[in-house]
Amino acid sequence: MIKTIIIDDEPLARSIIIDYLQKYPDFEIVAECGNGFEGLKAIMQHQPNLVFLDIQMPKITGFEMLELVDEMPAIIFTTAFDEFALKAFETNAVDYLLKPFDQERFQKAIDKFSSANPKQTQKQTAAALESAQSHALNERVVVKTGNKIKVISIYDITHFSAEDDYVNIHTLEGAFLKSQTLSFFEKTLNHQLFVRVHRSYIVKVDQITKIEPYEKDGHLVILRTGEKIPVSKTGYPKLKAVLGI
Amino acid sequence: MATSPLTNKKFIWAFFASFSIWASLQCYGLVALGIPQNIALKDSLVTQLELALLCWLISNNLSFYQPKGSKYIYVIIWAMVLASAFIALQKFTFPHFAYADNGLENFYLKSLPIRFIFAFLLIGCMATISILWYNQQEQQELEQRKNEAERLTKEAELSSLREKLQPHFLFNSLNSISALTISKPEQARKMVHQLSDFLRGTLRKDDTLSTLEDELAHLHLYLEIEKVRFGNRLLTEINADQSILQKQIPPMLLQPLVENAIKFGLYDTLEQVTIQINAKFEHPYLIVEVMNPFDKETSHSNKGTGFGLASIQRRLHLLYSRTDLLSTQSKQNQFISTIKIPQT
Repeated sequence: MIKTIIIDDEPLARSIIIDYLQKYPDFEIVAECGNGFEGLKAIMQHQPNLVFLDIQMPKITGFEMLELVDEMPAIIFTTAFDEFALKAFETNAVDYLLKPFDQERFQKAIDKFSSANPKQTQKQTAAALESAQSHALNERVVVKTGNKIKVISIYDITHFSAEDDYVNIHTLEGAFLKSQTLSFFEKTLNHQLFVRVHRSYIVKVDQITKIEPYEKDGHLVILRTGEKIPVSKTGYPKLKAVLGI
Repeated sequence: MATSPLTNKKFIWAFFASFSIWASLQCYGLVALGIPQNIALKDSLVTQLELALLCWLISNNLSFYQPKGSKYIYVIIWAMVLASAFIALQKFTFPHFAYADNGLENFYLKSLPIRFIFAFLLIGCMATISILWYNQQEQQELEQRKNEAERLTKEAELSSLREKLQPHFLFNSLNSISALTISKPEQARKMVHQLSDFLRGTLRKDDTLSTLEDELAHLHLYLEIEKVRFGNRLLTEINADQSILQKQIPPMLLQPLVENAIKFGLYDTLEQVTIQINAKFEHPYLIVEVMNPFDKETSHSNKGTGFGLASIQRRLHLLYSRTDLLSTQSKQNQFISTIKIPQT
């Protein structure tokens, strides 16, 4: 049996997928979710093989939900209209269904899923996710804290630091770990607001109060919170460019 | 400040060439009048160099300040002043002494009026050319600015046209209809009709005022479609007194306002959402309030709502030349946008 989850905030949009899927007895719908929170829970609980995922949903988008998923299942995106997402899907050969779609087109997506190599699909989805998010100029970052999902406004963030396979997101109300790479944030956050000053650090520009020389060739930025962040030789010109000095 | 003509390469060449020619002519003339060659040569070079300097001076001076209106009097006065300065320069420096030393002082003094007239004409010429040059530059700049303004207006018009038809709304509605054809064909047909009526309404091309009654009817169509899409998550409440239904309002103004409220209301919470629309009349304005709940915790909507409302603000500005007709506020967990429509 192929465990399938449908995530879409519009009940009718879910019902159409359920209806089309009736033709395929191998596919078992294990959950039907109306938003990313329920979706994430269902994915963790059922470990599905395939997820039909809408992008525009309440609270967190389909992309933001995927960022929080540990073991990425195969995804078939379903969307009505989303310029950046479509471009990202095209360039990364990720399959998607444009609403409204008919049974024939649906069949093709199912065929493609059945013949694909799961590892490769996973990689393509991750790449599409990154490129779609880098166009979105997101104003928020979504993290998991225990069983809860927290939405952090980028205006509350002071800096990011890399810790092994995680990124530590430092905010005014504490730090949050997220399983992600620092370069993902470097690419997806507004470049005028955030600068990668070091291999292991991204700082929010308006949090900087002072830049000090440090050892030879090096610099330190001092944040409003008092924290000191090292600036590397390659990071310094980037910082200067954004600050216009 | 405009760029001086003396930053133009071609102009510099012409400037240099003409002064060389005048220097040769002057030298030739002086020799023809029986002045020793070395004196004639020195005189011509120094004289033309001084003139060139004065020409450069007036051209630069005009780049800082260009007279408007009585510009020719200004030019004549300046040319007179500089020509006098030129004569003073000549009289107290080299050419005078060279002539005096060789007993040719008389000849020199006689030549002064000619020198003065020549300098006056040349400086006047240079000033006129400079003024024309700067004027032309100003014209070009003006032209550029005009083109830019025209381009912006056109762009704004185009984008407002695009905003009238939200592709996301349209395709999702079609998807709902597609789903309904299987389970509830009757309702699917009804929704097709609602969608058609709604789209017909959005295709109105002019900005002639509509009545609140018509706009609320149009809004009703839109809300019915959205309710089918979102199921029981979306509730609406419209309060408008019978007596104000004939008040005037620009067409297609309420719908984007409500669309914005739905977008941020529905996408900001997981629960059921009530969108409230209140219309009232407070002389001389028709006032419409649209309220939607929002989550303070993730209140990206505070910034995000700006986009949807910007086009409404722009339209109101174009129609009434006022920027204070749209306002927003948040009270507890409600986001309220208010528009005021002046009644004539």
